[in-house]
Amino acid sequence: MATTSPPGVGLLKGLGVTIKHLFKQPATQMYPKQRPDLPPRTRGVIALMDENCTVCMLCSRECPDWCIYIDSHKETVPPAKEGGRARTRNVLDRFAIDFSLCMYCGICVEVCPFDALWWSPEFEYAEYDMGKLLHEKDKLREWMDTVPAPPMLEEGAVAPAEVTDAIAKKEKELEAEAEKQREASAAAEAPKGKAADSGGGAPKKADVEVKGAGEIDQETFDKLIAEGKSERIARSKAKAAWVRKEKERLRAEQEAAGGDEDGDDAAPKPQAAKVEVEAGQIDQETYDKLIEEGKSERMARAKAKAAYVRKERARLTAEQDGAGSDGSADEPEAAAAEPAAEDAAADDAAADDEGADEAGDDEPAPKQKVADVHVEGTGEIDQETFDKLIAEGKSERIARSKAKAAWVRKEKQRLIDEGGDA
Amino acid sequence: MSDLSTRERIHPGTAPGEDINLEILGDGDFDTAEMSLSIGPAHPATHGVFRIVLDMDGERVVGARPVIGYMHRGFEKLAEYRDFRQIMALVNRHDWLSGFSNELGVALAVEQMLEMEVPDRAQWIRMLIAEWNRILNHLMFIGSFAIELGAITPMFYAFREREDIQHLLESATGGRLHFTYNQPGGLKIDLPKGFLHQSADLLALLRKRTPDYKDLILGNEIFQARTKGVGPLPPEVALSYGVTGPTLHASGVPEDSRVTEPYLKYDEVDVHVPLGENGDSFDRFSCLLGRIDASLDIIEQIHDHMPAGPVNSKLPKMVKAPEGATYVRTENPLGQLGYWLESDGGRTPWRLKMRTPSFSNVQAIPYLLGGVLVPDAVAVLGSVFFVVGDIDR
Amino acid sequence: MTDLVLDQAVTFAAQSASLLTFDSFVLSVAAKIVFALGLFFVVPLVGGYLEHKVMGRMQNRRGPVEAGPFGSLQLVADGIKFIQKEDVIPRAADKWVFAAAPGVALVPGMLIFLVIPLGPGVFALDLELGLFYALAISSISVLGILMGGWASANKFSLIGGLRAGGQLIAYELPLILAAITVAVQAGTLSLVGIVEAQSMFMLPGTDINVWYVFPQIVGFAIFFIAAMAELSRPPFDMPIADSELVFGYMTEYTGIKFAMFLLTEYGGMIIMSALMVVLYLGGWQLLPGVPLPGCDGAGGLFDCGWLGTLAGVGITIGKIMALVFVMVWLRVAYPRLREDQLQRMAWIVMVPLALLNLAVVTVAKVVF
Repeated sequence: MATTSPPGVGLLKGLGVTIKHLFKQPATQMYPKQRPDLPPRTRGVIALMDENCTVCMLCSRECPDWCIYIDSHKETVPPAKEGGRARTRNVLDRFAIDFSLCMYCGICVEVCPFDALWWSPEFEYAEYDMGKLLHEKDKLREWMDTVPAPPMLEEGAVAPAEVTDAIAKKEKELEAEAEKQREASAAAEAPKGKAADSGGGAPKKADVEVKGAGEIDQETFDKLIAEGKSERIARSKAKAAWVRKEKERLRAEQEAAGGDEDGDDAAPKPQAAKVEVEAGQIDQETYDKLIEEGKSERMARAKAKAAYVRKERARLTAEQDGAGSDGSADEPEAAAAEPAAEDAAADDAAADDEGADEAGDDEPAPKQKVADVHVEGTGEIDQETFDKLIAEGKSERIARSKAKAAWVRKEKQRLIDEGGDA
Repeated sequence: MSDLSTRERIHPGTAPGEDINLEILGDGDFDTAEMSLSIGPAHPATHGVFRIVLDMDGERVVGARPVIGYMHRGFEKLAEYRDFRQIMALVNRHDWLSGFSNELGVALAVEQMLEMEVPDRAQWIRMLIAEWNRILNHLMFIGSFAIELGAITPMFYAFREREDIQHLLESATGGRLHFTYNQPGGLKIDLPKGFLHQSADLLALLRKRTPDYKDLILGNEIFQARTKGVGPLPPEVALSYGVTGPTLHASGVPEDSRVTEPYLKYDEVDVHVPLGENGDSFDRFSCLLGRIDASLDIIEQIHDHMPAGPVNSKLPKMVKAPEGATYVRTENPLGQLGYWLESDGGRTPWRLKMRTPSFSNVQAIPYLLGGVLVPDAVAVLGSVFFVVGDIDR
Repeated sequence: MTDLVLDQAVTFAAQSASLLTFDSFVLSVAAKIVFALGLFFVVPLVGGYLEHKVMGRMQNRRGPVEAGPFGSLQLVADGIKFIQKEDVIPRAADKWVFAAAPGVALVPGMLIFLVIPLGPGVFALDLELGLFYALAISSISVLGILMGGWASANKFSLIGGLRAGGQLIAYELPLILAAITVAVQAGTLSLVGIVEAQSMFMLPGTDINVWYVFPQIVGFAIFFIAAMAELSRPPFDMPIADSELVFGYMTEYTGIKFAMFLLTEYGGMIIMSALMVVLYLGGWQLLPGVPLPGCDGAGGLFDCGWLGTLAGVGITIGKIMALVFVMVWLRVAYPRLREDQLQRMAWIVMVPLALLNLAVVTVAKVVF
């Protein structure tokens, strides 16, 4: 056994390696001062988009740790049009994730069919009390602001079906537009070549209201299944196909019902979707009241917004009624240009929206429910908002994402204003 | 201890200083008592809750009894109550240093039972991540083995490298240790844009940095004095205990299922298996370092081969393995990992038996520890690479 | 008779005047105590900070950054933490021995600072037997370690303590042999005298002034290695060997007692470095043959103004820190040896070499 060898080259080399590192920049990340740069796929915390949740309980059932708690009740929605049938839907009462049990496997996010659950890279929610790791719906909704855009896929990857579909659809649409020799202004409004721009193709047909988007077109479904598409994709496409067909049918009926475009034409529509209401503004009165009641600011803002939309719609409808129905021919286009009231998007957009976020689409921004006005360059942020939030002590990521959203809102407002002027 | 002092007496025949023999001999001129020393379950050298009871005569070990099971979590039983998607998130936790390779084993087993065609791109990406995972694992052991011999610095360098690799893998999988990136039939999602570029950059960086480990540890005379000839493991003994991985390669047996029974696309790349000659601690360590270089070579080849195409195949709503059984073995970073998957056609396996490399490797420890000194015992423990979670499961 | 003894004692004690000697006896004693204690508690902290930072940077990290400017108060913060900790004594421990051990290890460290000269006149005492005193006292520390190892009633502690004892016996011999060689060359055992002799030492046949490190490079290497081994510094830290023996003789110690052991180690580093500076590296001489500013005593090293004095102290501390840096460097770069390898190296390599070195230097001294 070699006990000691005279100190040789090996010993000197060791000294060399260490002294070399003495003059290198340390690899240390000064964590609380220097934020870690986490990739968008990081499994940090689970965010909930509660508007998307249909209380299907898939996440809760699939969770290996059973750490998701969901409560809901059924609510009857009055028929959307007279003579229609009333529908029931599930209303989410409670959605809680116990992060002291969660093993961060991501199965819930993966199985959610309506993209209500998202991963966010935020990780600083450690608590001294284990009970506080139970994040309720509000808290989970707040994480939603920090969800980054999913990254683009590496070269050679197959684009997700939703993206290819959307591109094909868009192309078809553009062709149709070219054929019809539409006005340049109308064309400029339409988003260009943007993948999965939900609602992009919808406005032209929005005048026909289609009920019950739950049905699917069996023929399409079978065909797609035979082509080897996954069941989910097939279902969503078949659903869309059904809606398309149904619209076709309704329009044909309308045309058959008579050529007069004014009076009767407006009758089957519940009008709500057609009245131009500028979203983004809030009803100050409602807002103040809710704040006084101690609601969270976000909640108050959302409700006030809804209130504003309601009021505005009522006002406009009244005006319309007064002015007669002469404007109805223009309305579809107008509806396309303006952010429609949120609930109007429900059925039609659902089909698009639903497919659009199988965890890997190329969509640059987390889906927005209504994206009627396309805003280029979502990378910019609203400096004012950003500074304000930073001053309030929010984390940079949250501030950035909110500021981004603020910028988009402002930009949309601006575009809308411009559009209105034109 | 009082017992020890009463029994100790100097042999009358020997005058002090007559024989300067510094070897501490058990059957020498002193009548001594044996002392049993319990190393672990919480001891720095066992990195985990592994316990080993040493019977010692002075500083010489005369017997060693590993005690395992402190970390038994019932993985095999748990797996019987998990569907395959959940099992993916489960198995990357028994050997937490090779999460991806563990998932891979289960995924391959399920695919084999379903006779599923896995897209080419998915297989290449799996190989890429698995090799990065292997480097990640080996770096950890390089650091910990050095620290067991008293060299504190390599640990920090190794963790710096690990951090870079983990960041890379996190950008694709979302996880740093528990990747959960596999699913039966492929991967959950394709790599993010720029991954292959980053991977190539990191490869170049690591190639620049690995010589540091050789200079700092492998070439160091003190290190050689501490490890050469310590705990030699003859090939036949290694095979009889079922030792695999770098510990086996050090004994000169080139058994590596990437070569002998290629899975994924390992038959399309050159896999170099570094071999040792004496099977001592030094060889085990140099095999480990050599495997990092070998993995870097494989990654380079994968970069050149990466095909385009889908990464997953369509799955039914609930993956159910058909009735039957299969055994899949993969070359995990620490050795051969085998999954015996038996299904009754339900949504969960009827039985999932794990053959983990760490469990087999520690079987050789009593053999290796016979007659060594305590410092050498640590050198042996550190060079028979094991993860406690992988032993106890 | 008593007068004679007293006379001898006085000549024994005071070779050259310390700046800390005042007219008032009490004041002198107080000043010297404060000096030695101050050195003992401050310089090791500086050395410890240097170790933290250098080790951090060599390992590609930053070392302490939060406590104080650039983390410089980290050891102070650690000390406060140690004081606050619960003082645990194992039930099976030999309580008195257990409690006394850290003190036994610590006090010799303090005592050595009495004789270490930091600059012209900056020392507490200049004993005629300074070197002898320093080496004798430094060996007592290990007694505390042995006591701690035995009294902890822990097998790991016991092995650690025994290793420390074995190491001391093995390395005390080469250490003393190397130091004696210097004394032979200098012709004095007084530490101040050795510094003076170095500044006077010319290469034979020339008038080039060199330090003893040049003629005695072998002796310096032996002294350095032996000092590292005595201090249980890596790569000779087998008595602690955290991966084998948990923490060796310190395993059962917590709180302030543990801190005392740690302070002993850092203090030991400073003491051994200071001895090396004095014995081999020319004390407070900046470069061989370069007198300090404002000094006109022997070799340009004594009777300095305050500027020269400060410069002298600065130079000594700088040299000490340079040696501490080397010790840290070795700790960062090397794994630890095995106890039997260490013993072999001591008895088979170091002792013969040290004897040879002594013989060569003695012969050379006579010849030239």
